[in-house]
Amino acid sequence: MLTGNRQLLRRAAVAAAALLPVLLYPALAAAQAEGIPTPGGIGMAATVTPVGHETQFFYNGILMPIISFIALFVLGLLLYVMWRFNDQANPVPSKMTHNTLLEVVWTMIPVMILLFIAVPSFRLMAHQVEIPEASVTIKVTGNQWYWTYKYPEDQGGGFSFDQIMKPEADLKPGELRLLAVDNEAVVPVNEVVKVQLTASDVIHAFGVPSFGVRMDAIPGRLNETWFKIEKVGIYYGECYFICGKDHAYMPIAIRAVSRPDYEKWLAEAKQKFARNDGKDDGALRVAAGDERR
Amino acid sequence: MASSTTADGAHDHPRGLRRFLFSTNHKDIGTLYIIIGAVGGVIGFILSLVMRMELANPGVTIFPGLAQIIHFADPAMAFDAGKNLYNMFITVHGVLMIFFMAMPILIGGFGNWFVPLMIGAPDMAFPRLNNISFWLLVASLVLAVFSMFVDGAPGMKGFAGGWTFYPPMSGNVGTPGPAMDFVILALHLAGASSILGAINFITTIFNMRAPGMTLHRMPLFVWAVLVTAFLLILVLPVLAGCVTMLLTDRNFGTAFYDPAGGGDLLLFQHLLWFFGHPEVYIIILPAFGAISQIVSTFSKKPVFGYLGMVYAMCCIGVVGSIVWAHHMYTVGMSLNAQRYFTFSTMVIAVPTGIKIFSWIATMWGGSISFRTPMLWAIGFIFVFTMGGVTGVVLANASADRQFHEGYYIVAHFHYTLSLGAVFGIFAGYYYWFPKMTGYLFNERLGNANFWLLFIGVNVVFFPQHFLGLAGQPRRYIDYPDAYFLWNMVSSIGMIFVTLAMIVWLYVIVEAFMKKRAAGDNPWGVGATTLEWTLSSPPPFHQFNTLPRITGSAH
Repeated sequence: MLTGNRQLLRRAAVAAAALLPVLLYPALAAAQAEGIPTPGGIGMAATVTPVGHETQFFYNGILMPIISFIALFVLGLLLYVMWRFNDQANPVPSKMTHNTLLEVVWTMIPVMILLFIAVPSFRLMAHQVEIPEASVTIKVTGNQWYWTYKYPEDQGGGFSFDQIMKPEADLKPGELRLLAVDNEAVVPVNEVVKVQLTASDVIHAFGVPSFGVRMDAIPGRLNETWFKIEKVGIYYGECYFICGKDHAYMPIAIRAVSRPDYEKWLAEAKQKFARNDGKDDGALRVAAGDERR
Repeated sequence: MASSTTADGAHDHPRGLRRFLFSTNHKDIGTLYIIIGAVGGVIGFILSLVMRMELANPGVTIFPGLAQIIHFADPAMAFDAGKNLYNMFITVHGVLMIFFMAMPILIGGFGNWFVPLMIGAPDMAFPRLNNISFWLLVASLVLAVFSMFVDGAPGMKGFAGGWTFYPPMSGNVGTPGPAMDFVILALHLAGASSILGAINFITTIFNMRAPGMTLHRMPLFVWAVLVTAFLLILVLPVLAGCVTMLLTDRNFGTAFYDPAGGGDLLLFQHLLWFFGHPEVYIIILPAFGAISQIVSTFSKKPVFGYLGMVYAMCCIGVVGSIVWAHHMYTVGMSLNAQRYFTFSTMVIAVPTGIKIFSWIATMWGGSISFRTPMLWAIGFIFVFTMGGVTGVVLANASADRQFHEGYYIVAHFHYTLSLGAVFGIFAGYYYWFPKMTGYLFNERLGNANFWLLFIGVNVVFFPQHFLGLAGQPRRYIDYPDAYFLWNMVSSIGMIFVTLAMIVWLYVIVEAFMKKRAAGDNPWGVGATTLEWTLSSPPPFHQFNTLPRITGSAH
């Protein structure tokens, strides 16, 4: 047996070593590019929206340290009892089967940890669900297996277009396989963009990790979510609900540009997608779902 | 025949086909359940092995060829058929592992074998019902396997919409072919089988306990099966109704889940998860029970905080039934609904924590012998804790919104089920193997099985947390190149898992070849429950004179 002091020191050292990855983790997670997944990354995708940053902090700053500590604490306890109470070290088992204080403690402490988690969780939840006054609204419809974007007329749009994955053979240098698309959706930077979601055939889900946004597109329902992108750039997302054979082949690409560039794009897009008058409504199409087949 | 008795009460002892096909003996039916569970588990494992081989590298490599072999796909269409086949694999893997591996082994297998033995009963309350429960499951498995080879999605075979069967993927829009009807009927039969089994367990436990075996003296495994049986009776009828409406939507023109006819797709999801979430506790509670017996046996100490353990399980059962919509945070629920489901879900961490800490407290002060079942049990406590803490993360709608339908979820539920429930199954299997077969297994090989699987599943599933954090969606046959590294590592882990499965098969062969007699109780003074007072294997009919329980057995 070790003497009390040395044992304490050794335990402290073990605890510190065990905590090291937890402390390093946010630093590792921070070194990431926005909009695209980092090769071999171990942390959460870098975020560019207020909700995204808050989600990052909630996971990296609160949840991740707590759950790592709990997992390591249980592992430490297991290793300790295996070392201290194996049949060589402790041939005669005790008969202890109750300890009311201990049982109350290990019930109450988890309750307090959960309450501690709930406060920032509920705040973030409200920020995600309650949509602020939006300057741009776009309607996104999931189809097997592409996305349709509709820009409303009263905001300078009045057109819709399909966003289809670029096949591998058509990729230009620098474009990412399975993420690059033919028509990027463009939104203004630093403005609240509201996205309305539905689907025309089966359920899809619209998710962009760098926005902290993931929302189902469900036939017959109109879901809403929002983001406010803080940085000009291209951001990729994917379909997050199994929707048939090409589920893995319907990426999302959203480009954030300055307000003047956005106006310019709107004007060009209006010409380019003139044939699509925006009347091709996903919710209407599902009503006629049976006739389509 | 089976009812003929002689003067001393010994029953006819059927042999061969008559013994197993028409069996009304709880031990034989338990053995059959374990065999069907092993068959389902091996098929499910092979499916996952092929999926991990496909996912090891970016690009689609294996499945188009496989589709030509399995589904006789036209080479020109092989790429599309391959993508469909991958989705079918993930679906069938889920269905097999839940309904034909975990449930049959834990409830039908261990439950049938050891509930009567542990409470001192001669058999189950309704032996014939027990027989039909089992054979319904066989019919169900046949239907599920058939579904893989009949038409599904347009031009494709099999149902490929994920084990949750969400319409419209499972309706006429996504899967017009009959594959989904086969799946629905398979679910009906499996559900009926489980309901009958649950009725049998509840009746047996309430009415057939030996004198002195009060409810509060019952071993924790029996309590676990009791709570599980109540959950089964509560939720399986909901699943039956849920898929029946899908069946009528598909075939008889109803519109329960068709928005065009005034139906609602979310109705299906609520009903499915009202069944689906308690289902995960249906799987894990019997594993909890087995772990409690094993930890106590090998620590040579009674279970710490017995009553706390019992009521923690009841609490998990009750709270676990009112948290279902945490699977649906991204469907567009109201803020208040999300708040409710977030907090009620997190509350489950409290009774689960009580169980984890009570197991450690049982070991604390004990005299632990690291026999094979104990290794599995300690492994279970660790991996289940890992799965539990990520469960706390995902309980939060706010965090789930970043991880929903991604690999973080895949890692989470495999840590609780593929590692948790499976380690519980292996722990119980090695613990009771000598009792069930009468033979000792080679513990060195059993330990090798443990270490290979422990290393293997951790290498497979731990990196999937990283993939999920980085945003990789689940159920993808191909992924952006950035996710290559951890997918490759994950697939390498499957090598260890495969070796573990081979060792497991060899352990069985070795034990049956060497025929080392196990004796009544191979585990020593810690094994205090009633099954260890009987011979190994127990007589065809046990407890002709009911045992009398005086002290507290736990």
